[in-house]
Amino acid sequence: MAVTTPEHGLPGHLVDFVGALRRHGVAVGPGETVDAAEVVGALDLLRRRELREGLAAALLRRSGQREVFDTLFDLYFPPALGVGAQEIEVPRATTEDGSDGPVDVDALRDLLADLLLAGDEEGLRELARAAVDALGTAGASGTGVQGVNGQPSWSAYQALRLMSPETLLARILDAMRQDGDPTDDFTDEVRRREIRDRIARFRKMVQDEVRRRTAEQRGREQVAKTAVPKQAEQVEFLSAYAEQLAQLRRTVHPLARRLASRLAVRRKHAKRGQLDMRRTLRRSMSTGGVPMKPAYKTRRPGRPELVILCDVSGSVAGFSHFTLLLVQALREQFSKVRVFAFVEKTDEVTHLFEPGAELSGVMQRVLREADLTAFDGHSDYGHALGSFAEFWGEAITSKTSLLILGDARTNYRDPNLAVLRRLVGQARHAHWLNPEPKRQWGTGDSAAHRYADVLPMHECRTAGQLADVVEALLPV
Amino acid sequence: MKATQSPLFGSVDEVTERLEGVGYLASTAVATTVYLADRLGKPLLVEGPAGVGKTELAKAVAAATGSGLVRLQCYEGIDEARALYEWNHAKQLLRITAGQGHESWDATRDDVFSEEFLLPRPLLTAIRRDDPTVLLIDEMDKADVEVEGLLLEVLSDYQVSIPEMGTVTATRKPFALLTSNSTRELSEALKRRCLFLHLDFPDPDLERRIVLTRVPELPQALADALVRTVRVLRAMELRKVPSVAETIDWGRTLLALGLDTLDDDAVRQTLGVVLKHQSDQVKASAELRLN
Repeated sequence: MAVTTPEHGLPGHLVDFVGALRRHGVAVGPGETVDAAEVVGALDLLRRRELREGLAAALLRRSGQREVFDTLFDLYFPPALGVGAQEIEVPRATTEDGSDGPVDVDALRDLLADLLLAGDEEGLRELARAAVDALGTAGASGTGVQGVNGQPSWSAYQALRLMSPETLLARILDAMRQDGDPTDDFTDEVRRREIRDRIARFRKMVQDEVRRRTAEQRGREQVAKTAVPKQAEQVEFLSAYAEQLAQLRRTVHPLARRLASRLAVRRKHAKRGQLDMRRTLRRSMSTGGVPMKPAYKTRRPGRPELVILCDVSGSVAGFSHFTLLLVQALREQFSKVRVFAFVEKTDEVTHLFEPGAELSGVMQRVLREADLTAFDGHSDYGHALGSFAEFWGEAITSKTSLLILGDARTNYRDPNLAVLRRLVGQARHAHWLNPEPKRQWGTGDSAAHRYADVLPMHECRTAGQLADVVEALLPV
Repeated sequence: MKATQSPLFGSVDEVTERLEGVGYLASTAVATTVYLADRLGKPLLVEGPAGVGKTELAKAVAAATGSGLVRLQCYEGIDEARALYEWNHAKQLLRITAGQGHESWDATRDDVFSEEFLLPRPLLTAIRRDDPTVLLIDEMDKADVEVEGLLLEVLSDYQVSIPEMGTVTATRKPFALLTSNSTRELSEALKRRCLFLHLDFPDPDLERRIVLTRVPELPQALADALVRTVRVLRAMELRKVPSVAETIDWGRTLLALGLDTLDDDAVRQTLGVVLKHQSDQVKASAELRLN
């Protein structure tokens, strides 16, 4: 690939791209950049999909990074410039002078429905491209959407609102039923989910397209700063939305497996070192009293009991849920796990986390079935700790590790430090995991600092941080 | 670091074609990375869920290029002696006893640590072969961290140092392929030496073709319905999502039972083939309104 390029050219561009990846938390070393350059040299640059896969192979080292990579790749190696090659015409309302009028939204929706029904991926992508372009420059009939100062304005929100692909679901399903396939509940459900999936993908195409056009206008750095998704492990619990939390939940089991195997390594290393004199001498008998093979002491892993007390009020529910799932996945590491949930009052919910239980909807069951609220449904740490000590105080013994999950926001009520101090005194270990950033502790109604005086408090804003803390807490 | 030998493949398309020739349908990602691994002379680390064809890929590459496949199956506790080489102690002892009395110690010592008394294990075997070789290091994540250190020399320089003999360098670089189920993170040092491929479930069109190549008797329409249903199952939050292997098994099951449409009855009867956990089955039945 000997191409004469301007000053920085392709290598410079590649370095920019790597820089953007680094800014988004993908650790790429100079070695990988060199690999990527070799990849660029070995591949046909006109084949974009191969280039994408090739660069991913050279630059990425973990599977969770792919989404960030794809978004940035689209920004740095856009499939087209400007409108691109038009294969699909967006239907427009006719005007008197024959020029392009506003977009005919109904006809556009018909077109979209047909493509969704056929599942034509390429067609959908073309349509997304054409529709974003048309809606950005010409606007739709009757809406008057038009860029300011003659500048076209790209908006995924506008485009998706006008086309509203979700509302096409029923129509597409009807069309499918008329095709004469069997129509039982099951087939219906499968189809519905399939169409929903296609619609979601179309939404994403529109968003990608808008991102690309905006990047052309305002510079890709600007767009990359805001539009690139975070890796699941770096999403903050408190600001995550439903989709991110669902994605996060999928990472629980891999994460737990990773922690467990790291733990196994730690145990193996911890075993070494301590010489067992008695067994070494016994063994030396067979070699005439010369200790050829020293024997080492094996330590039995102490498996502590775990009591988890978690705030399940709205603000921290995502964090509590994820942590509980993680602990549940790690339950082999503990001899016994008991889970207590609280908002204003405390109730035991261990039975909902039994092995084999269906865990993804367990939070709703906790809120529905457990007796947690008394007056207004705002968390009351003082009262919750009090009721825990009163009814389940005997759960804490000298073998127990106590784990409290919550943001320590008491809504200006009594934090009840005396009871907590007593509980911590009874337990073997006690730790508090707080999903709030450390700098916000103690602000407003947060009693974090006061609680932190009683027991060690750890900041757990992201799954990555949580994993580190849990790993450090696990018994060796 | 350019490979001195002629590459196995000429272009990405050729990879796809030749892999297809031996019954492995490769996606763009697979074909591209295989092509690059060959071109750049780097090992390929394939990660992904169980049953997406990681090991199959190595076998297919070997078959498509007419190379010999050398396989190192990793497990917990695998060590140097199992992976690299071992001295044949028994034979060495025999040699020493045989030489006693009419040979100087120096001569015996030099002779005992020679080629003849070396038992090559997979890694050394792969390095020493003159014919084209595919080296498959399977389930790398099962092995201990120490083994990774041992691999570094082999994978970056394609050589093995044997203290008593010297360094054995590959005359012909093997095509190295490592697989991992990511039960643990492999070390950065190892990852940096490899090209990385995350092998995920194939897109519907590819999966349909895979099912049809593996179960050719399956009617088109049924394969279509099968793949669509499996995709819906994968989108749910299940403990163990069905992989390609399960889709193929499902196709075979339906065929064996003589079912020619995938309606709710058929699914109810055979759901156990794709979902291996009771809780998953209960959840899927509820969500797909099978009850």
